[in-house]
Amino acid sequence: MNAKGFIRENIPLFGLILLMAAVSLYSPNFLTVDNLLNILRQTSINAIIAMGMTFVILTAGIDLSVGSILAFAGAVCASMIAVDTPLIVALLTTIAIGAALGMASGTIVAFFGVQAFIATLVAMTMVRGLVLVYTDGRPISTGDFDVANSFYEIGGGYVAEIPVPVIIAALAFLICWYVLNHTQFGRYVYAIGGNEQVARLAGVNVARVKLIVYATSGALSALAGIILTARLESAQPTAGMAYELDAIAAVVLGGTSLAGGRGRITGTLIGALIIGVLNNALNIMDVSSYYQQIAKGAVILLAVVADGRSKASSR
Amino acid sequence: MKKLLGLATATAMLLGTTAPSFAADTLALVVSTLNNPFFVTLKEGAEEKAGELGYELLVLDSQNDPAKELAAVEDVLNKDVKLLMINPTDSDAVRSAIRAANRKDVPVVTLDRGASGGDVISHVASDNIQGGMAAADLIAATLGGSGKVVELQGVPGTSAARDRGDGFNSKIAESAGIEVVASQAADFDRTKGLNVMENILQAQPEIDAVFAHNDEMALGAIKAIEAAKRDIVVVGFDGTDDAVAAVKDGSMLATVAQQAAMIGALGVEAADMILKGETVPEYTPVPLQLIQK
Repeated sequence: MNAKGFIRENIPLFGLILLMAAVSLYSPNFLTVDNLLNILRQTSINAIIAMGMTFVILTAGIDLSVGSILAFAGAVCASMIAVDTPLIVALLTTIAIGAALGMASGTIVAFFGVQAFIATLVAMTMVRGLVLVYTDGRPISTGDFDVANSFYEIGGGYVAEIPVPVIIAALAFLICWYVLNHTQFGRYVYAIGGNEQVARLAGVNVARVKLIVYATSGALSALAGIILTARLESAQPTAGMAYELDAIAAVVLGGTSLAGGRGRITGTLIGALIIGVLNNALNIMDVSSYYQQIAKGAVILLAVVADGRSKASSR
Repeated sequence: MKKLLGLATATAMLLGTTAPSFAADTLALVVSTLNNPFFVTLKEGAEEKAGELGYELLVLDSQNDPAKELAAVEDVLNKDVKLLMINPTDSDAVRSAIRAANRKDVPVVTLDRGASGGDVISHVASDNIQGGMAAADLIAATLGGSGKVVELQGVPGTSAARDRGDGFNSKIAESAGIEVVASQAADFDRTKGLNVMENILQAQPEIDAVFAHNDEMALGAIKAIEAAKRDIVVVGFDGTDDAVAAVKDGSMLATVAQQAAMIGALGVEAADMILKGETVPEYTPVPLQLIQK
């Protein structure tokens, strides 16, 4: 691959490097090991959700329910920890609930032919309602049993100086990357997004693949909910509101097409990092909150336009 | 015949038991959101006072959406409510809802957040500016008049964030030795309070105190400070259960407690006075309470 082609393929990565260089010129506190680990830890939650979102968007779908599933999973997990449930039981149950909720919207999409936007909008609304009913609108603390301390480590702990959420996100990324790039299932995901009709004629069980894709997104949202709940040692009824937008932004920033069939999960990781770096930089530079949203919007616009242009010129 | 008589007595008894509650006047309470412990407590305060004074209370949740709020108000106006208590989602957006009540001659009382238009008989709320000042005074006294302070702001543009910030900054400016080194929005949200505070901790090697516009952000900030093993006092705002517990265990210096239940209760009292034809003040300030260990 020539140099031009390489740059064209990796616009998001260069965007991220450029952004980091610019911020580090402005603030000496940005490019420190501490702060970079801090950014990675903050990004891990959105990155995990965005990985699931990548699967969904690659099949030309969308999942708006991720934030609500995160909140419900977090609430269920916190209440289990609060009554001294063994850690592994609480974690597996929570992830299973996330997968089941994702599968519910997957069922509506795959078997009832409802558009993903509508199906997951319904799921988003109903699951948020479930959260409110379950929590009675109040935060749920993880309580004072010993298990609560081990639970905290999932969000606030370190292994060899590296924050645990970062390690979890890295593992999740490796698994997702392998599945998408080196398994038959991964090829089916791309095939369905590329052309569902053709994939079906070629013998792909489209409904089954979609079901698994939405279940994956739900399970990863639940995993993110576990980390968030652990970090705060409590579950918030409002947790995860508008997280679907950050996750979709990460996927799109990473160069994945909303039309499906085209994109890479490495791009999603970089997209999530761009958003994480941006949030961190705006705080570190003490930018007035009134201007922050304009800055965020502008950077995302710039990144997407640059990526779009490079793709158009490569066609 | 005996059977018939029995049936008649049973019906009479049924009617007898339901009749009084039917006759009780109904008040409507439209709350901006029940997705926030503060407003849940406000609602409970109102419910308790309504029960005490013998009113039926109809509670609706606007889910922070002005459109849902207007629909909720229109719905309750079609029922036989004597008075509308509303805790607006937004001071401007609520005007059409209040005008709808005005057209039906249903008196309106606003709670916690005011309205910028329409006919409102009474407004019951705590004084956020004074609360911000109280927090500034406490921080200045605790730091002995000099130090570096971080302000975690609420959702930009909301009146609560504006008033608490204005009160806080006007007072803090009076102490020459105290410098506000960062003012960042964390949108009244615990997760954002955690993330924003982590970022500020990276940027500022020296911080002595944090003032958060609400308890949720303060609790998030405390998690960040604990993880960074720094020694920083935190003052929150609202007096939620979690914050009061944090004050008790020493992780939070204080919370400026809005008395949510009292806002609800005073709202119902104002409603009661209005329905009895008594005059009520245009603004009932609800005292703020500094909760310390």
